[in-house]
Amino acid sequence: MEKYSALKLIRHALESNRKWPRAWRRPEPAKQYDAVVVGGGGHGLATAYYLASQHGMRRIAVLEKGWIGGGNTGRNTTIVRSNYLWTEASLLYEKSLQLWETLSQELNYNIMFSQRGVYNLGHTLQDMRDIERRVAANRLNGIDAEVVSPEQIKAAIPIINTSRTARYPILGASLQRRAGVARHDAVAWAFARAADALGVDIIEQCEVRGIDCEGGRVTGLQTSRGSIATGRVGLVVAGHASVVADMAGLRLPLESHPLQAFVSEPLRPLLDTVVMSNAVHGYASQSDKGELVIGAGIDAYNGYGQRGSFHTIEHAMQAMVELFPCFSRVRMLRLWGGIVDVSPDACPIIGKTPIEGLYLNCGWGTGGFKATPGSGWVLAHTMAHDDPHELNAPFGLDRFTTGALIDEHGAAAVAH
Amino acid sequence: MLLIQCPWCGRRDESEFSYGGEADIARPENPDALNDAQWADYLFMRSNRKGHNREIWNHQHGCRRWFVAERDTVSYEIQATFPMGGQEQDS
Repeated sequence: MEKYSALKLIRHALESNRKWPRAWRRPEPAKQYDAVVVGGGGHGLATAYYLASQHGMRRIAVLEKGWIGGGNTGRNTTIVRSNYLWTEASLLYEKSLQLWETLSQELNYNIMFSQRGVYNLGHTLQDMRDIERRVAANRLNGIDAEVVSPEQIKAAIPIINTSRTARYPILGASLQRRAGVARHDAVAWAFARAADALGVDIIEQCEVRGIDCEGGRVTGLQTSRGSIATGRVGLVVAGHASVVADMAGLRLPLESHPLQAFVSEPLRPLLDTVVMSNAVHGYASQSDKGELVIGAGIDAYNGYGQRGSFHTIEHAMQAMVELFPCFSRVRMLRLWGGIVDVSPDACPIIGKTPIEGLYLNCGWGTGGFKATPGSGWVLAHTMAHDDPHELNAPFGLDRFTTGALIDEHGAAAVAH
Repeated sequence: MLLIQCPWCGRRDESEFSYGGEADIARPENPDALNDAQWADYLFMRSNRKGHNREIWNHQHGCRRWFVAERDTVSYEIQATFPMGGQEQDS
């Protein structure tokens, strides 16, 4: 792996940038691996990276049906935060946020992590009670959080409409200053490059078509590029988790929905933080290119089509114009959808399955991006030790049988 | 936006409807007889099919009745809608 540095930038510039090496190899799949991660999104690549870097495993493959950065990793609104209500969830997301803080240095790749703060707006008295409760819970868990007034919001974000006569007036917000955004596809590229440098085979255009099991344990995979023998398989396939798990006869408590987002034409800098509103349901930030990045809610119906209904984005747009009247004549440039796997309690499923050697990492729903490094961290631990890390132990599939759900649906800041 | 054929009201915009999820999930007749795994399967586990799917919708801002739709979850095409437990109708 060629180390990236300012000096290298200059040297390659002098060579007209013609001699940059590939960021990762393009290997043929081997016949056998010690561990295989199915799904080459951010979570899967992070899992492979930490398997190699933290647990000293070698002979690891990541199988990706499409290309690196082409799935949900490149389709989200890039928000990173850890201000969840329940202790189990907030500790998991906080671990992730701590990994984000040093990730560029660790991976030697500028993932453009920008801790510009995230405001979660409250529009009703009940919103404000929930916000105060969540901020208090965050502080008890050592997570930075504060309640801010409409005046403080207006001072920080002059373009926001804090008028008392608005249809849904802003009564306050929670603010996590350490939260922010990151360059989403750079995260996938960075993990792919760093994992590759540790010997991980990243195999793109390789679709898993079957999971071989014998005597209750996994023995290998059937793929579009031949069979691969392995005793450990991590399924990290987001929206298609139910489809792939079904190959091993597993039923999951998931429903896949389209989730849409869109960006505007580039504007001069006017929003230097992230604003999310649960009540009117929309969230916005401004990318370094100047585009407003805006996310909608999920479409109501199950879908695998990577697109959704127009009234869903219209609804999100109404919320944005309500919050930021100056956006009303901004043109939207691109619109896309991703498929999110929503679990009954809005928390992920990470851990072992009834099939030995088969591990799950799914159910992140609308909010998986922020957890990318932490998700890989705990799944790598689970796969290496055949036992969950203490951070993901509460997130096992068995919680739906025991009833120990972690209900972040109404309690979290929801929009992601 | 989907155009959905309500079996009673005819073709209407999706925004008049609410989605009820997977069809054909019957509440167990005797919940006390189930173990935790069977109850979890009824309550939480879903087929989440890719492709042809049977699902229920409610015409919330219309006749407020539930009905069954057969829809492809990749193309989103609605192949048929019919009353709960009733006969298929043209969509």
